[in-house]
Amino acid sequence: SCPLSTRCCAPPSTGPAMNCRAEVLEVSVEGRQVEEAVLAVLHTVLLHRSTGKFHYKKEGTYSIGTVGTQDVDCDFIDFTYVRVSSEELDRALRKAVGEFKDALRGSGSDGMGQISLEFYQKKKSRWPFSDECILWELWTIKVNVVNLANEQERQICREKVGEKLCEKIINIVEVMNRHEYLPKMPTQSEVDNVFDTSLKDVQPYLYKISYQITDSLGTSVTTTMRRLIKDTLAL
Amino acid sequence: AMDTDLSSQDRKDLDKFIKFFALKTVQVIVQARLGEKICTRSSSSPTGSDWFNLAIKDIPEVTHEAKKALAGQLPAVGRSMCVEISLKTSEGDSMELEIWCLEMNEKCDKEIKVSYTVYNRLSLLLKSLLAITRVTPAYRLSRKQGHEYVILYRIYFGEVQLSGLGEGFQTVRVGTVGTPVGTITLSCAYRINLAFMSTRQFERTPPIMGIIIDHFVDRPYPSSSPMHPCNYRAGEDNAVVYPSVEDSQEVCTTSFSTSPPSQCVFTVTKAHFQTPPPVVTDTLKVPVMGLAFSHQLSSSRFSYQPAALGVGSADMGYPVLLAGGLNAAHPHQLIGPGKEGGVPPVPSQPAHGTQADQERLCTPLEGVHYSAATPSSSEDTETVSNSSEGKCGSPHDLLETIFIRKVGAFVNKPINQVTMANLDIPFAMFAPKNVELEDNDPMVNPPESPEAESPLQGSLHSEGSSGSSTGNTHDDFVMIDFKPAFSKDDILPMDLGTFYREFQNPPQLSSLSIDIGAQSMAEDLDSLPEKLAVHEKNVKEFDAFVETLQ
Repeated sequence: SCPLSTRCCAPPSTGPAMNCRAEVLEVSVEGRQVEEAVLAVLHTVLLHRSTGKFHYKKEGTYSIGTVGTQDVDCDFIDFTYVRVSSEELDRALRKAVGEFKDALRGSGSDGMGQISLEFYQKKKSRWPFSDECILWELWTIKVNVVNLANEQERQICREKVGEKLCEKIINIVEVMNRHEYLPKMPTQSEVDNVFDTSLKDVQPYLYKISYQITDSLGTSVTTTMRRLIKDTLAL
Repeated sequence: AMDTDLSSQDRKDLDKFIKFFALKTVQVIVQARLGEKICTRSSSSPTGSDWFNLAIKDIPEVTHEAKKALAGQLPAVGRSMCVEISLKTSEGDSMELEIWCLEMNEKCDKEIKVSYTVYNRLSLLLKSLLAITRVTPAYRLSRKQGHEYVILYRIYFGEVQLSGLGEGFQTVRVGTVGTPVGTITLSCAYRINLAFMSTRQFERTPPIMGIIIDHFVDRPYPSSSPMHPCNYRAGEDNAVVYPSVEDSQEVCTTSFSTSPPSQCVFTVTKAHFQTPPPVVTDTLKVPVMGLAFSHQLSSSRFSYQPAALGVGSADMGYPVLLAGGLNAAHPHQLIGPGKEGGVPPVPSQPAHGTQADQERLCTPLEGVHYSAATPSSSEDTETVSNSSEGKCGSPHDLLETIFIRKVGAFVNKPINQVTMANLDIPFAMFAPKNVELEDNDPMVNPPESPEAESPLQGSLHSEGSSGSSTGNTHDDFVMIDFKPAFSKDDILPMDLGTFYREFQNPPQLSSLSIDIGAQSMAEDLDSLPEKLAVHEKNVKEFDAFVETLQ
């Protein structure tokens, strides 16, 4: 990736900072609930990790815009979550979650995978070295897709998953309340190293979403050696 | 004694923050029990009236109730602000569902910056409250209210009373914020036994005779304030019913400063005064009542309409409460005019407790700087390590003695390509001359260490400085070995760069070398039966291996 780009597309190159928080949440859901469940978690985290747009003025002072919020009812889960009122952000999350869901469905996997939301800071390096991305908070959602036999089970699942998500939200809020490391409020020249300033109405901390699908062997698809050997022997 | 460390400006700011935090907390909770989805817009330019940088609407009646309950006080130790959420059925049975408590304890955080950290944490806490209000059981109940039951709220100030929640209630903590005068705690205690419809275990109130008037519940508590229905439709175009003079004027334009980094500037400027809207009089109520009547007659079910003086909610089929002079004592119903009922008149003087605020609003506060000490709270500390920035000698020193190996530059340059500046970057001539950062960065300029015994070392030594064009002597390039942080040199006594160079070109596998491959095909075939026999002998092992791959 170009060292001059303002966005860091590659995975974090230097890995987590010493005090990186890592939280893992697990959900077991039906296929059609995957998107809503994951969006609920991601939006709840980003609600807490977004501020209003910064407006820098003279003498290094800045004012902060206003963040609106809205309720989102889930269609397949008895659950409602709150997200920031930003269509751009919602679209970005839905796109990532949609890809995750398709990958989960398509790989012939057992329906296990995980999707991660990483918050990072950029540290500029001198040219020709590319900027470093220092991870400071990592949220991992482990998703396990279950198949249900009948409508009654599905109804119970709606309620149960709703209750589980309530617990997850409480967990997330608990973590947020710890008031642990947050990047220092940046000067105007540094703001793009800390925040994503590309949205027009809100300003989340720099974040990245990635996912990983577990294949039915229970291993990550990146370790394909075993499969290669297996396939070869099967000939 | 506690306050001596806090400047009076900080103290005023803090009190103001806590006051508005309490008001916003009430708004969030009540709005979350209205039974409808809430939606507010983000705005990239601050409007100056959005406390804590969040778009939370202010339902005037709710603010009025909250202020009444607080009566000019702030939450303090032993004096908590509580919002009680309860459910009332059409038969008149009611039950407490939740108590939201805003409390203050004695644990002070003297070091924290009021105008900056406390404010931002209060904002975060409100976001948490938004999230949590949707996940307690009462939320789903409140979304379905209307026909069988309604949800009511009641605000009181003082001691928390949880006895009405039944056995085994659960508590969820929304969050805490430390301040120099105490720690603010926001939590919710909620009933879990909601199987009440069948067993009538709750208190009886006077039966509702089709038309709800009296929702003044007889409470055994000393500070019994009346309950109010949550589903209040505040029409935007209607006049503000409770003028709340001080609210429309107490706005907060916050500015934060990042430069110089150790200072925080917080300026609070008073926004323009709004003309207080006219006090609602009877006349406004009349048309609504007319509407209400027709609804009332046609609807067989009661519903609540809060003392929505001037506001109707006919769209949802909620008949407005009838007036008819009933319960004039209850100020929160749609009743006739009078001192006891209806709208409280606009206070000519701001209520006590807000006097100071009023005065404060008149003085411009721009340019007040708070020089903040280096924050001790971890969130203000940047833990990303920066290279130390110190002074360095002139670049000339650089050129004299060392051939710097930069991180990532695994270039094994022939000496005659070394440029004048002797820095391993192209266009070095154009690079800024002051390279202090790198010079003192131990990653680039490691402390002198003995040369490694790498066999490749020799190739790096100069054979002469043929390439130099400036006359600087480049005769001896002394290879400085890195001692990169976190590297272990007990296993292999070399650093990453050396390791890379050494193993960059490993020798070929012997089996791939031409000599071995010169074995003829015939020889291969001959050896096959032997090999097969060996494999057959070990067939069990192979099977087991294949099993592990399944």
